[in-house]
Amino acid sequence: MRKLSRVFTYLFLTVTGIIMFFPFFWMFMSAFKTSAEVTASPPVWLPSSFSLVNFQLAFQKAPFLRYFLNSIIVMVSSVTVTTVTSILAAFAFSRLRFPGRQTLFTLLLSMMMLPFEMLIITNYRTVIDLGIYDSMWALVLPFTSSIFYTYILKNFFDTVPDSLYWSARIDGSSNWNYLWKVMVPMARPSLTTVILLNALASWNSFMWPMYVIATDTYRTLPWGLQVFTTEAGSNPEQQMAASTVVVLPMIILFLFARKYIVGGVARGGLKG
Amino acid sequence: MRVVLDHVTKKFDDFTAVSEFSATLEDGELVCLLGPSGCGKSTLLNMLSGILPPTGGQIFFDKDNVTNMPPEKRGVGLVFQNYALYPHMTVLDNICFPLETQHVPKPERIERANEIAKLVHVDTLMQRRPGELSGGQQQRVAIARALVKNPRLLLLDEPLSNLDARLRLEMREEIRRIQQRTKVTAVFVTHDQEEALAISDRVILMKAGVVQQNDLPQRLYDEPCNQFVANFLGNPPINNIPGTVHGHLFFADGTDEGISLPLFQNIADGKRVNLSIRAEAFIPEENGPIPAHVERVFTMGKEELAIMTLGDTEFRAYIDTEVGLVNGQNTRLNVRRRGVFVFDLESGAKLA
Repeated sequence: MRKLSRVFTYLFLTVTGIIMFFPFFWMFMSAFKTSAEVTASPPVWLPSSFSLVNFQLAFQKAPFLRYFLNSIIVMVSSVTVTTVTSILAAFAFSRLRFPGRQTLFTLLLSMMMLPFEMLIITNYRTVIDLGIYDSMWALVLPFTSSIFYTYILKNFFDTVPDSLYWSARIDGSSNWNYLWKVMVPMARPSLTTVILLNALASWNSFMWPMYVIATDTYRTLPWGLQVFTTEAGSNPEQQMAASTVVVLPMIILFLFARKYIVGGVARGGLKG
Repeated sequence: MRVVLDHVTKKFDDFTAVSEFSATLEDGELVCLLGPSGCGKSTLLNMLSGILPPTGGQIFFDKDNVTNMPPEKRGVGLVFQNYALYPHMTVLDNICFPLETQHVPKPERIERANEIAKLVHVDTLMQRRPGELSGGQQQRVAIARALVKNPRLLLLDEPLSNLDARLRLEMREEIRRIQQRTKVTAVFVTHDQEEALAISDRVILMKAGVVQQNDLPQRLYDEPCNQFVANFLGNPPINNIPGTVHGHLFFADGTDEGISLPLFQNIADGKRVNLSIRAEAFIPEENGPIPAHVERVFTMGKEELAIMTLGDTEFRAYIDTEVGLVNGQNTRLNVRRRGVFVFDLESGAKLA
């Protein structure tokens, strides 16, 4: 009985695994196929050669390098700023005593219930009013703090015993010094999780850039890819090549940092 | 450094943790704050370190009034029960931390850390992390970290209670040795009487936030000032035999034979008292004043521990094996001068 259920478990996992993996496989292979191979019926599984010509063509038709660079700039700046603000907020909520601390934190947590999609209109208005529509600022500014990451870090900070804090204070350390010299290094696993989740979210972000960016100069990869798809709709193999470029960095990141991402999702119980 | 505590009080809402605590710690002394859990000894330590502000009274370090001084300015070293070492730093970095916050140049930092590490015998462990050390080693590192900045006052908050029995014995001797070497004024908090008596120059025994007795360790044992102090110290605990005094004779509850001891000379008629006798203060004596019935005898080697009754009360006495007590026999006892007290049964005040 036990063995049988095990067989089914593995069977189930294998099938789901293949289903999950297949689109990536197909994308990757198609990126190297010729135009004829892509549209062939019955479908051709493997390309005849692994030539990079599709990548070349895609990069000629749209400024993917620009998109790539934009994505990197947006990701690095928003992840950096968010991490710093989250650390500071988490420390304040976890360690400092000030009136209304608990109420404020509960309020912030309840705001996590609002999906980002609901905020798009107000954020959009704000961006217009600030006069930063179609600029790098519009991409970064709304993503410089996060209740969720603050929450994850606060949870970790709460587990650090008081005696460490007082020990440091007695040894002449200020709150600021204690935070960066003791808390943050101790929180490395949680911080890694936060940074990775944030990087993934930033890299994959599509809807927001689509609303606030109108020109190629500031388009990020996912939005750029969308534009390219409409413009170069007749060449699926080039679309696939471009998609590969978009997805590949995150797949590599995921493979290296799987442990932290899975751990973070398990801890925070978050949606994809 | 001389520490003066002047009517120090700490209230949490309507609970008084420490009440009107006054004491002077002389330079270079090791003073124990002893008491059951919840007696306010840790609260007092936290007020000395600056973690908690007192709600009343004043604290002086030599001439400086430090009552409202933040912890980082006081120049104290504190060793916590859980050591509070930084898990991500090596032993060397842990010991260097207090110097780093004082911006001591790095070469000097390392030199001083190494020096203090030698004193507490952790100089071979400098590159390890706290997780790779035993409890005793972590304790030593914590002491080194507290001492490296040459504190004016060393505070130890139940530093031995996380260690197993053997290490505890070893570490308390170590703490004494290190304290005497560095001549730092030190306050040691514990609920373990044996630890307190063994290690300290002076013991301050507290109960419910109030000082009971502030004395030399031996005097605390020999001359307890009230019932609580007498009960708290000693193993086995002191025997308390309740009874009434009539005509300078003591009638233990459940007996009608009056016991005549010089102790009862000045006690008023009809007073309800506890006759408190340490187990080692009994002497078997053929015509002794105390009648006792032997219940059980346990051989302990050089002496016997006898469980006896006097009236309704059971008590323990150490008796020389040569006497050859037998279970169930009646005997008579006298008492030595040391280790015998009379306390008021209600107030616990010492009467004789």
